[in-house]
Amino acid sequence: MFESLTERFDRVLRKITGRGLLGDSQVDETLREIRVALLEADVNLDVVRSFIDRLRDRLKGAEVKEGLTPAQTVLKEVFDEVVHLLGDQKASLQLSSKPPTIIMLMGLQGSGKTTTAAKLAYHFRQSGRRVLLVASDLARLAAVEQLKILGEQIHVPVVVPDDGVSNPRDMFPKVRKKWIEGMHEVVILDTAGRLSIDPDLMKELVDLRNLYKPKESLLVLDAMTGQESVNVAKAFDADIGVDGVIFSKLDGDARGGAILSIRSVMGKPIKFVGVGEKVDRLEPFHPDRMASRIIGMGDIQTLLEKAQSAVSAEKARQIVTKASANQISLEDFLEQIRSMKKMGSADELLSMIPGASTLKSQVDFEKVESEMKRTEAIILSMTRLERLHPEKLDGSRRRRIATGSGTTVQSVNQVLKQFEQVRKMMKTALKPNGMRALKSLLPF
Amino acid sequence: MNILQRLGSGLKKTREKLGSSLAQLFGKERSPQFYEELEDLLVLSDVGPEQASLLIRDLKNWERDSENDNGKDPVLFLEERIASFFPLDPPVWVEQPDWKPVVILMVGVNGVGKTTTTGKLAHRFREEGKSVILGAADTFRAAAVQQLRLWGEKLDIPVVHQKEGADPAAVAFDTVKAALARKIDVAIIDTAGRLQTKHNLMAELGKIYGLVKREMEDRPFETLIVLDATLGQNTISQLENFRKAIPVTGMILTKLDGTSKGGIVVSLARKFHLPVRYVGLGEGKDDLVEFDPVLYARALLRPEESLRSS
Repeated sequence: MFESLTERFDRVLRKITGRGLLGDSQVDETLREIRVALLEADVNLDVVRSFIDRLRDRLKGAEVKEGLTPAQTVLKEVFDEVVHLLGDQKASLQLSSKPPTIIMLMGLQGSGKTTTAAKLAYHFRQSGRRVLLVASDLARLAAVEQLKILGEQIHVPVVVPDDGVSNPRDMFPKVRKKWIEGMHEVVILDTAGRLSIDPDLMKELVDLRNLYKPKESLLVLDAMTGQESVNVAKAFDADIGVDGVIFSKLDGDARGGAILSIRSVMGKPIKFVGVGEKVDRLEPFHPDRMASRIIGMGDIQTLLEKAQSAVSAEKARQIVTKASANQISLEDFLEQIRSMKKMGSADELLSMIPGASTLKSQVDFEKVESEMKRTEAIILSMTRLERLHPEKLDGSRRRRIATGSGTTVQSVNQVLKQFEQVRKMMKTALKPNGMRALKSLLPF
Repeated sequence: MNILQRLGSGLKKTREKLGSSLAQLFGKERSPQFYEELEDLLVLSDVGPEQASLLIRDLKNWERDSENDNGKDPVLFLEERIASFFPLDPPVWVEQPDWKPVVILMVGVNGVGKTTTTGKLAHRFREEGKSVILGAADTFRAAAVQQLRLWGEKLDIPVVHQKEGADPAAVAFDTVKAALARKIDVAIIDTAGRLQTKHNLMAELGKIYGLVKREMEDRPFETLIVLDATLGQNTISQLENFRKAIPVTGMILTKLDGTSKGGIVVSLARKFHLPVRYVGLGEGKDDLVEFDPVLYARALLRPEESLRSS
């Protein structure tokens, strides 16, 4: 996500890198380029205007700060502006002091409400809460069915309308009974997609709000939305009241204009972002981290958190002990591959490494990921004995493994060679001065 | 309401907020910011900054060339200019009315309205007295098959389907085969939404296309990309990447019933010379209408007048 905006910023900054003081014409030129970059990213025109005005004041007014080059000054000012636009502080979901916490999702057609409802339910379920989903989109064909299937997948009960019920309001008594009986702590309401200019459907949402009195009414918006996004958001806020926004489909190459616009126009925080099709692909929104990714400075914080949730500290210690004794086995290797997969796609991970986002176009992620898959298949085709003692793998065993994993003997050899390299590398890294030795092996 | 009024009424809201409509812009004494304001107006319609400045350049060139011709209206010039980007080549079913079956493959990113548009399109062909079969090749999204089957029931049209998770290429293949065997006039295949950055899903689309093409024995068929009018500049990347995976023959612009203007199609038509086949103007099954470049350009630039005149 955001690659093209990141690249544009990078290009703008590169032009002034190495320059001394910026003259007025250079400031204007830089600002013009930033303006076009923002507009191409679908940032709302009003937001762009005030962004550029503020930036102009700061760039023209400010002396170049001690120790900062003009390029760094621009970068810093842009970064601060972007963080500010994104909302400064992380905003969490508010839970009711007395359960259940009721969350109502609303938005335009196709913005991803139903999928987000399931992701949100999964999010709460993972933190051990009793969740209930309510299918109140009775307009789109098979929307109820869709939520029902998603609910089954994540083991969350779904309240569906009885036969003949066509107004979602009429479901309320049933839903209420269900959450009392089931002692549910969080109730998530999926609603039909609607246009902000459709008075009848907006009235329906008002009715639902009055009935359910949700703690959080969340607007689900497609991250690719154009100039109209802020008006849509304002209309929903005026009619129903919006407590926060969830952006969907950030896993495409959306340039994030709507994300950059929404806060300053509506004054309501972004609470979550959807970053993939799978049900666990919903992330809490951190303004500073997102800003850092947009500017191309990476997001080490999220990377570390992902690593921590994928590998426990205990596991990490075990690996270190084994590695220093050169006792790493193919079992450990397999586990490492799996925890990497748990952390997310290679593509996603690389964009969190500072400075690496511009490398992305040079890496074939499909290939990286299919190779990882093949490696996994090969190791899985080995017996436990073979995994613990790879030196026992003779020609006939290698042939069997190749057949078993649907690969070739060459691929099996390759995996073993790779494993040997990793083993050596880890041993080197753990020696005193090891990191330096390791660094000399890396290209950057 | 007809298309112009519908478009106009939506567009007018944005315009009112903007405070300076084109008519005002051109009517008054030209301010020094005239071109800038015009450019902003175009940007707000999601035409995009690059296309907006190209159109301004076009206008400036035209004004310079026609300096002595006071009778011409600059708004009309822009309208004609915009309309001229849209190619008018007819779809397969108009060009070759005797060919059977007409096969239409529906593609696009998630949430643009492919399944709904598939239903509406089927309804259009039915109204023309043609027999239609649908193919539920979105085997990924939960209940997408069910959604299309309900459309089939509503319109009394057969739907070729397998269970969720089945190979979409196989479903597409079966649909074409069924249309051939049962001598059905039109086969419309709905596919799963896929973001253009997901290479494996784009490769899957290539496979679906390949199988349909083989079964059609290389006779031409339509691949229509469904685009959401509320989305912005990302739509360019959508079309670019879908075109890399398969040959796209036309566009359908949905959700033009809101306040969004879908100005991005202006850029797309200019860049890729692809026709817009239909626009979706509402929720009802009759709300898919043929695209008219002239009406669209007028509604884009002067919604008030298109409301009055029709």
